[in-house]
Amino acid sequence: MKRLATVVITLACGIGIVAAADVIAQRRELMKADGVAAKKLFDMAKGATPFDLAIAQASLKTLATGAEKTPALFPDDSKTGGGTAALPAIWENKADFNARFAKFSKDVAAAIAATVDEKSFKAAAPAVFDNCGGCHELYKAKSG
Amino acid sequence: MKKIVFGLAAFATAGVVFALAISTPKPRYSVEQWRAFESSGDAAAGRRIFFAGGCDSCHASPGQPDRLRLGGGLELKTPFGSFFPPNISSDRTDGVGAWRNVDLANAMLSGVSPRGEHYYPAFPYTSYQRMTPGDVADLITFLRTLPAVQGKAPAHQLPFPFSIRRAVGLWKQLFFYNAAFPPDPTQSAEWNLGRYLVDGPGHCGECHTPRNVLGAMQPGLYLTGAPAPDRKGKTPNLTGAVLADWTKADIVEALTSGFTPAGDVLGAGMTGVVRNLAQLPQSDREAIAAYLKSLPPRGAPVTAKLP
Repeated sequence: MKRLATVVITLACGIGIVAAADVIAQRRELMKADGVAAKKLFDMAKGATPFDLAIAQASLKTLATGAEKTPALFPDDSKTGGGTAALPAIWENKADFNARFAKFSKDVAAAIAATVDEKSFKAAAPAVFDNCGGCHELYKAKSG
Repeated sequence: MKKIVFGLAAFATAGVVFALAISTPKPRYSVEQWRAFESSGDAAAGRRIFFAGGCDSCHASPGQPDRLRLGGGLELKTPFGSFFPPNISSDRTDGVGAWRNVDLANAMLSGVSPRGEHYYPAFPYTSYQRMTPGDVADLITFLRTLPAVQGKAPAHQLPFPFSIRRAVGLWKQLFFYNAAFPPDPTQSAEWNLGRYLVDGPGHCGECHTPRNVLGAMQPGLYLTGAPAPDRKGKTPNLTGAVLADWTKADIVEALTSGFTPAGDVLGAGMTGVVRNLAQLPQSDREAIAAYLKSLPPRGAPVTAKLP
């Protein structure tokens, strides 16, 4: 019985660690996708690349997915490991952290609705980008 | 025996006298010497220096959005203890409103207070020493236009021996030159402006240069990246390694909007830096980029990742 309990606990711990590593990998993947999408959006907003409505909408949807899924990927057991750059401040200010993602979600949804051509995209984009710096300033250790 | 005791006492006394002598605070300007710059200050020009220097990053009152309310009090945790940047608002009691212009100049250029005491080099006069007197005069004029904020910052919390302020004088003997640098005539005007902004008011090296055990920047590893001041992550190497793939325009963009060529956004301490640098004329950011691009690769490539 004791042995069984040990095995179960060991397995549970193992699963816990794997799960933590897993959410870290998942959120890193999502943020990476956000970066790729943000780069496309940013270059179009600046005029560095020609505007393409399909790319703009697809990239905004990537951000929407990221904004929706990411905040749930910071459980209490995922504070370290997996090369995470997440700062402890996330767990100390979870309400603010989640509120920022909610605002990001809202701003991206507004941009998706508003973007019908180049002019409307350029008008809507800055409100989306304004969200990036705030979180990276407070909650991310890596700076470049 | 008596002789030995007497000899040791004399030796110790001589040591103390010597230490006191060489640790004497040395303000760069007397009232008379500063008079030449006294009336030349221009507030609009000073605003540019204010944001180039990022004064608000440490001195803005924490927990409120107005970056020009300079009540101080933000805790800076360092390996030497906690520093609390003071109130530099125009309040006459709690801020610097009652200071003479020469007092402000000597604080920034020599790290010496109006009472003739050393400031700790958490206040980056080690970089500000390179600012021109004209720019300092402009900055002072701008500071005087900012609102008075009441309330003093808490006292620094430093363990012994760092609590001995006078010892900063010995540190300065080793690591501080109390002097500006002349422009390099072999380089372009843009390069010289970039170097001035980076090494002087911008004080980039304070975070991007590894420090020795006494907390001084290591000149041979200038701008090669270091542990972040708050020990959360590292600052990247700016000499080649990280910036090698960045064009000048990429650097200008990152210093304006925060966006990097990879679609990431500059975070941590750089968010505030970018917010400030975005206030400068485009030509200043271009000069910074030109200077950074010109730096020969040095030091071990420091990645910005956590260990």
